[in-house]
Amino acid sequence: MRFNNEIPIYLQLFQKLALDIVTGKYLSGEKIPSVRELSNMYKVNPNTVQKALSELEEVKLIYTERTNGKFVTENKKIIKDYLKSLAKEKTIIYINDMKDLGYSLKEIMEMIERNE
Amino acid sequence: MLLECRNVCKNYGKREVLKDVNISLPSGKIVGLLGKNGSGKTTLIKAINGLLSLDKGEILVDGHKIGVDSKKVISYLPERTYLNMHKTVKDIIEYFSDFYEDFDKDKAYKLLSNLKIQAADKLSIMSKGMKEKVQLVLVMSRKAKLYILDEPMGGVDPATRDYILDTILSNFDEGSTILMSTHLISDIERVLDEVIFIDDGKIIKSESADKMRKESGKSIDEVFREEFRC
Repeated sequence: MRFNNEIPIYLQLFQKLALDIVTGKYLSGEKIPSVRELSNMYKVNPNTVQKALSELEEVKLIYTERTNGKFVTENKKIIKDYLKSLAKEKTIIYINDMKDLGYSLKEIMEMIERNE
Repeated sequence: MLLECRNVCKNYGKREVLKDVNISLPSGKIVGLLGKNGSGKTTLIKAINGLLSLDKGEILVDGHKIGVDSKKVISYLPERTYLNMHKTVKDIIEYFSDFYEDFDKDKAYKLLSNLKIQAADKLSIMSKGMKEKVQLVLVMSRKAKLYILDEPMGGVDPATRDYILDTILSNFDEGSTILMSTHLISDIERVLDEVIFIDDGKIIKSESADKMRKESGKSIDEVFREEFRC
């Protein structure tokens, strides 16, 4: 993974891991790699990994089991809701971009259907 | 605090190279000391390593004044090598192992074999990038509290830079701090916790790297370029 140096690294790592969770790369209830492992995988500072993980914990996508490590939430609704919020965000960005290009909502819908 | 510099001043003749430098670093961080050529980076690093005397102020490392005790806990990669080029890698490892109590010989050999460097080879036959790697292996094979790397990637190709950065990262643990100077900011900024900007012998900024990105919306490299535009 290539990081964009203009955005906090922990935030990019958080987004990547959240995506991995909502797309099922890490399954509900599955243990996620340790700080050390993630630091090696993504070539970032372990402190940055720690910060990304605490953000994931904040939005309840993962939880800590004392001494055992960190696990993906077993509450599937949380994962589904997060996926929905991501999809919504992307849709809004797309619609706004298209409106900037001068497209109406109707034209946008037609465009989507034609290019599906 | 692992490293404390208090009101550190250093003059070379009439020229002031360090002007009232104050730094305070805890354990468990990777810190970038960033500044232009001639900003005072190497002078500050030499002062922390006890290689030159101060005109004012004091430096404490892990609570020790600069001397035998501070040197025991610092592993230092100087800007220019002091190793004897006619020695083999094995000789140098033995030398380090005799010299430093905290030198982990097995680790050094392991890191070297990952690099496919032959212990029987002399340094004099190696390329610049190879020599840099050998030196880094020596420095990172000590179990120190403070690692000070002065331009660890100076003059090597991007692939070697990546290797050096990975080695630094995978040998970093929460019980130690790494202070590295560089002007190749964009190459290293993703691994930094904290950044210190130094210019004309003064500390201009000292803060968290991600905080700087968040507040400016820019990379550390860009913030640096804007701050120090000539």
